[in-house]
Amino acid sequence: MSEADCPECGAGVDLHDDLEVGEILDCGTCGAELEVLAADPPELDTAPELEEDWGE
Amino acid sequence: MKIGILYSRIRQDEKLLLNELRDRDHEIEKIDVRKHQFGLDGTTANIDDLDLAVDRCLSTSRSLYATRFLDHYDVPVVNSPETADVCADKVKNSLALDGAGVPTPDTKVAFTVDAAMEAIESFGYPCVLKPVVGSWGRLMAKLDSKSAAEAILEHKKVLGHYEHKVFYVQEFVDKPGRDIRVVAVDGEPVAAMTRTSDHWLTNAAKGGDTDAFELDDTARDLVEKASDAVGGGLLGVDLMEVGGEESGEYTVHEINHTVEFKALNGCVDVDVPATVVDWLETKANEATPEATQ
Repeated sequence: MSEADCPECGAGVDLHDDLEVGEILDCGTCGAELEVLAADPPELDTAPELEEDWGE
Repeated sequence: MKIGILYSRIRQDEKLLLNELRDRDHEIEKIDVRKHQFGLDGTTANIDDLDLAVDRCLSTSRSLYATRFLDHYDVPVVNSPETADVCADKVKNSLALDGAGVPTPDTKVAFTVDAAMEAIESFGYPCVLKPVVGSWGRLMAKLDSKSAAEAILEHKKVLGHYEHKVFYVQEFVDKPGRDIRVVAVDGEPVAAMTRTSDHWLTNAAKGGDTDAFELDDTARDLVEKASDAVGGGLLGVDLMEVGGEESGEYTVHEINHTVEFKALNGCVDVDVPATVVDWLETKANEATPEATQ
């Protein structure tokens, strides 16, 4: 398991091994939703806000 | 086979699909639709040699246009843009179901507050007001009184996007605290579950409890007809039991075209992503017979 910094609060975010680009993670410290921009090396950014037409 | 995944966010559902495809050594092209342009003559996305594209866009608007463009480029895509078009819009969904003789909740559409109020009064209270585009139970309103109806209609008129001025009014179905979600591929059920809640909205996304459900022949027949009514594909068909639990009588209230299945996969014995990938392999072979397994 690797780690990356939360772009929102700077705390370390634990990353699981099968990290997928486009996946959303929660920062365990500040609760921010984070999008995985790159898996190797890991790069995180704050995830887009919920849009009205999202769903299934 | 080489399979394209149209997406803008990878949910657990997409991870389940990706893992299953990788386990079977299929080549995957992940296409983040946010990063590309789609022109009349082609796209910046790499769609070369795709045997099949799978639309998993979280955003309905992106789903509708991206699938339309891929179809334009002669890339086989599931679900088809025609299916997406019907499923994305509750009005078209209701019309398709009714037109196919599938029982669906009685619905009226009105374009002004006054006409909507007349429709609401004709149903009586409670009845339901839904956005024509939306998911996960968002912006659904159970109208318990005339004063509540007046307030919500005014809010929609004043604050709403133009789509919220298409007032979709529906009878309230007194379901037995649960509804039924069926994931189906071209009308063939993969698995089904109930979603139970004390709240009138029982969506899994709203925290409804899920449990495996065994479909009877009546429900299976409705799922097949409902799927055909919207053009088939990988669908989430939602049913409500009319007249109480296990009454054997159903109404189909919704069909979803980018169906989420992680909750279903977690409560049934069927391997849902594996069954979906079986179906994707079949679709790819139908579309491009040279597609390798």
